[in-house]
Parts: sequence; C-alpha cells; structure tokens
Amino acid sequence: MVERSATAGPPARTRPGGPAAIGAAYDFVDRHRVAIAILFLIVLPWLTPYKALAVNILIYGLFAMGFNLIYGYAGMLSFGHAALFGLGAYGCGIPIAKFGIPWFLALPTGVAVAGLAAVAIGWFATRSRGIYFAMVTLALSQVVYYIVFQMVWLTGGEDGLRGVSVPALDIFGLELSLLDPTAKYYLILIAVALALWLFSRILQSPFGAVLEAIRENEKRAAACGYDVNRTRWAAFILSGLFSGLAGALYAIHLSIVPIETLHYFTSAEVLMMTLLGGMGTFFGPFVGALVYILLQDVVTVVTVHWQLVVGILFVVLILFFPRGIWGSLLHWLRP
Amino acid sequence: MTVDLFLLQLFTGLALGSIFVLVALGLSLIFGLLTIVNFAHGQFFMLGAYVGAFVLGMTGNFWLSLIAVPLAVGAVGMLCERFLVRPLYGRGIDYPLLLTYGLGLILLETVRILAGTQGIPFNTPPVLSGAADLGFFFFPKYRLFLIAITAIILVALWLFLERTSYGLIIRAGARDQEIVQVLGVDVGRVWLVVFGVGVAIAGLAGVLAAPIRGVFPEMGVPVLVEAFVVTVVGGMGSLLGAVVAGLAVGVTVSFTSFFYPEMATLSMFLLMALVLVFRPRGLFGRAGLLG
Repeated sequence: MVERSATAGPPARTRPGGPAAIGAAYDFVDRHRVAIAILFLIVLPWLTPYKALAVNILIYGLFAMGFNLIYGYAGMLSFGHAALFGLGAYGCGIPIAKFGIPWFLALPTGVAVAGLAAVAIGWFATRSRGIYFAMVTLALSQVVYYIVFQMVWLTGGEDGLRGVSVPALDIFGLELSLLDPTAKYYLILIAVALALWLFSRILQSPFGAVLEAIRENEKRAAACGYDVNRTRWAAFILSGLFSGLAGALYAIHLSIVPIETLHYFTSAEVLMMTLLGGMGTFFGPFVGALVYILLQDVVTVVTVHWQLVVGILFVVLILFFPRGIWGSLLHWLRP
Repeated sequence: MTVDLFLLQLFTGLALGSIFVLVALGLSLIFGLLTIVNFAHGQFFMLGAYVGAFVLGMTGNFWLSLIAVPLAVGAVGMLCERFLVRPLYGRGIDYPLLLTYGLGLILLETVRILAGTQGIPFNTPPVLSGAADLGFFFFPKYRLFLIAITAIILVALWLFLERTSYGLIIRAGARDQEIVQVLGVDVGRVWLVVFGVGVAIAGLAGVLAAPIRGVFPEMGVPVLVEAFVVTVVGGMGSLLGAVVAGLAVGVTVSFTSFFYPEMATLSMFLLMALVLVFRPRGLFGRAGLLG
C-alpha cells in the first residue's frame, strides 16, 4: 500500500464531479462493512412479512456470499454450487436424523462434507478454464445429485431427508427453543456474523488481492509468480465451506433436507441472487438474496410460474443492468 | 460376452450416441463461431420435441414434423440471437451464458403454460416400429433409423461447411472474424445463421429422441448436461470432437448399463473426469472448427 501524502495531489477520496460527503460515506461504509451488515441483519426480521422469510434471506445471503467469492472476486462462473450447499445440508442433516448426533457436532460435519466435496470438485473444475469451468461444475454437481438421489437408504432419495429435528439448543445450560422463529433467526445470525467477519478478512488478506489479480489478468498474475491453479482451487474450497455452512444451517432451519437443495436450479438461484445484488461487492449477495426472496414470496402467491419471472429477470439484468442493485448504486456514487 | 451381444450393445450405444452427437454438434458449432455457450440448448431440444409432437398430432405425418421442427426451432433461435444475444457481443463470455440460461427458463415455463406440466405421448412411427433382422441379432428399427439419419445430417452439414461458399465464410469466420469482416462480409448475418442452424439441429435431435425419451418439459435439462459432458470430452468448438466424443459417450453408457446398470448414468461423468485429468482441453480441443 502506498501512503497518501498531503502534497501529492488531491486526496483520492474526493472524486471529480462527486461531492466529498458521498466519498466519505462510501469509505465509512466500506471500512465498517461487517458491522453495518450485522446491524442490518439484526433489524431484518422486523422488516420482513414473517420471520421464516428472514431466516431464508439470512441463509441464502450467506450462500450467495460464498458463491460471490469465486464468481465475483475470482471471476470463475460456477454452475454447480448447489452440490456444495446440498452436501452441507445432507452432511449436517444425516448425522442428526440417522445417528442422533447433537447439532453442535453435526453442523461442523456438514461444513466438512461440503469442504471435502469442494476439494474434489474444485480439483477437476479448476483444471478447466473460463467457459469450461461452468460446464464442468454443472456436470459434477449433477453427479452429486444422482448419487444422493440413488442412496435412498441414507438420504431419503426423492422424498428428501426427514427428521432433522433440533427442537431446542442447550447452550451452557441455557435452553433455547428453535420452534420460536425469532430465537432461531438470531442463533443462525451468530454463525452468519462470524462468517461475514471471516469473509471480510479473507478479502482483505493478500490471498484476496491475489484472487482479484487473477480475475483481472490471469497471465500477469502467473508471471508475477503466483500459482494460479492452486489459488483458484483454494478459493473454490473456501467458497465451498461458506456454501456448506449455509446448507448445514438450512437443514436445521427446515428440519428436513429437500433433494431440491442439490438441484441445478439452486445453483442458478444463488447465481441470480449474486447478480441481482451485484457481483464482486460485499453487500451485493445479501441485497440480492433479500430482493429475490421477497419477490419470490410475492410472485408465488399470484402464479406457479416463478421460473418464468426468474428467466425474465436474468435476461433483463444481463441486457440492461449487469452491475446489479448494489453494484449500480456503488457505480453511480463513485464515477 | 459373445460377439452378438457385443455388437448389440455397440449398436445400442451408437443409437444413444447419435442424439448426443446432434445436441453437442449444435452447441459446438455455436461456440466455435460465436464463442457462446448456449445454456438454452437443452430447452431448444425440448422445444423441438414439442413442436414435433404438435405437428404429428395435427397432420399424423412423422416425416413432415422432421421438416417442420428444424425450421420452426431455427426461426425461434434466430429471433433470440437477433434481439437478445446480439447486444452482448464483445461484453465477456459470461454474459451470453447467463442470458441464454434465462432464455432457457423462459422457454421452459412457456411450454409448461402452453402444453401443461405433464408429458405428452409421442409414438414411434409405424414404419419404424418393430425390430429389424441384422443377421446376428434383432435390433429396433427406430434406433437404426436414428443412426442413419444422424449420419445423413453429418454428411449434409459437412457438405454445407466444406462445399458451399456460405460454409467457406463460416469456416473463415471461425478462424479470424476481423479479416472476414474486412473482406466485406456481414459477419452479423453469418452469426445469425449459425445460431439458427445450431439450435435447429438441437430441435431436430429433440423430435428424433422423442419416441425413446418421451416428451415432457424437463427433458432438456439432462440433455444439456450430457451435451456438456460430450463437449468437454471432445473439445469445445471442434465438430469432429463432438462426433467422436458423442459416439464414445453413447457406447460407454451402453456397455456400462449392460455390466453395471446402477453406474450407467455416472459412467459418462467418469469418462469426462478421465479426460479432464489427462487432457483438460478435450480430445480434439484447440483444433480448428472441423478438427
């Protein structure tokens, strides 16, 4: 980092044509992004029509954040993140439903299962470049779908995994009922808040910088001596861990794991949320998840053809609005 | 395994692979020239099956539907290219991919609204039902027909690309668009035609597959994944690769379903994994448009 000196021209924060106040506000939000995100998420359940919706926004926001790490920051378009989300959900749900293992062991199990899957899928997928990457991740996520679909004795197959019941959490003698949606929301928020903090740290780390360097110019990053493939693989695994955490929380939230968590439409949904909010921005995925889920809630009351709306959204966003909601906002404020 | 049985599985695999070849061919053709991965490709396949079923229901003539489907699906594809895909040229490879995915969802839901969420029946045409005696074994006539018509389409496509002046422009465009443009060719129109031809072949594959796979709204989803597997194995943008890999995947699935039926679906992915390990660019990757 280069220190800014008082004499070396105007400070970078006052932009030509934009009032300095906006620049200052921009920097303030950027510096305290984790705290602001958590504050917003704390009030979120009082803004949504009902609490279960807020839990969905929280979990899908986390999922989209993990996805954003490789799509937004590393520039790798994955079409197979449903596999990581779904395996996180099954990895947490199966120990609870089939073996009666307590939630605090099942949750890390789910994250670990998703992480291992990301190691394997990532190893194959990061061998491929650009457009191949989307195709290979989609194909490999379909492999996971078929396997889970066929292992009915363990996963429940088409009916989904049932009986992931965690009615109450016992934290240091404090009994918290998960049947109360508000309590459930804030418990999940603790995990999400930790993830947000960790995610912000990853972005600020040298690793995060290398990731963006690879996105901007892969050959140049390689010429600078960075192991491009290994970095991309590591990013994929990290992304898989966040997605797996989201999946594991989803299993506890729903008490069942539907097979749809692994369906490729789920991969498209998380992609849609990231795009809608603004890829490569810190708040974008949560904004996208919020808007997507609220919209879905409204539209599905009127029609069963929700996918038609998603399709039109994709087309309109790509043609006219590729920066997404938060991304466009940032762009207007910061010319 | 006797010779008869081996040949039977081989032919079954070739018939299965014929569909893979046709779908992957259109995908590869579009990619080779437009550098677009058409994520709506499976839905054009599905659209072809539905248009075919509609024409068959109206006229009762299977052959007429084989002519009508590529024309109708190709026309829809050209409209999509002209008004949706074209504004995205030069804006990075992700954008057309995401747009065609959205387009696929729109096509899927439109068909669900118009034709219902349940599948519709599609009978094998009477002339082609039953089995033919091939000397060693009896083989379903329709599957023989599939292999034959795929061969005919391949030869026709080859002649079009190699022996017509339009094909020459397409091949030149795949190699160096700028030069072709400088020579006064309207590249935009070439792209329009290529996109139309690519999805028309997908639509034709849809109606050809209909008697075997059935006709239902979600039929395009596994097809897209299969086409991706074939394309990754064969090499993106290589037409020869699409043909060889399509048949190889078909034969692989056919033999696996004979020996280990539960592994049948997974075998093609294992093949893809093998290719990725030893030849990440695919068997014929990086070669010219026609390998």
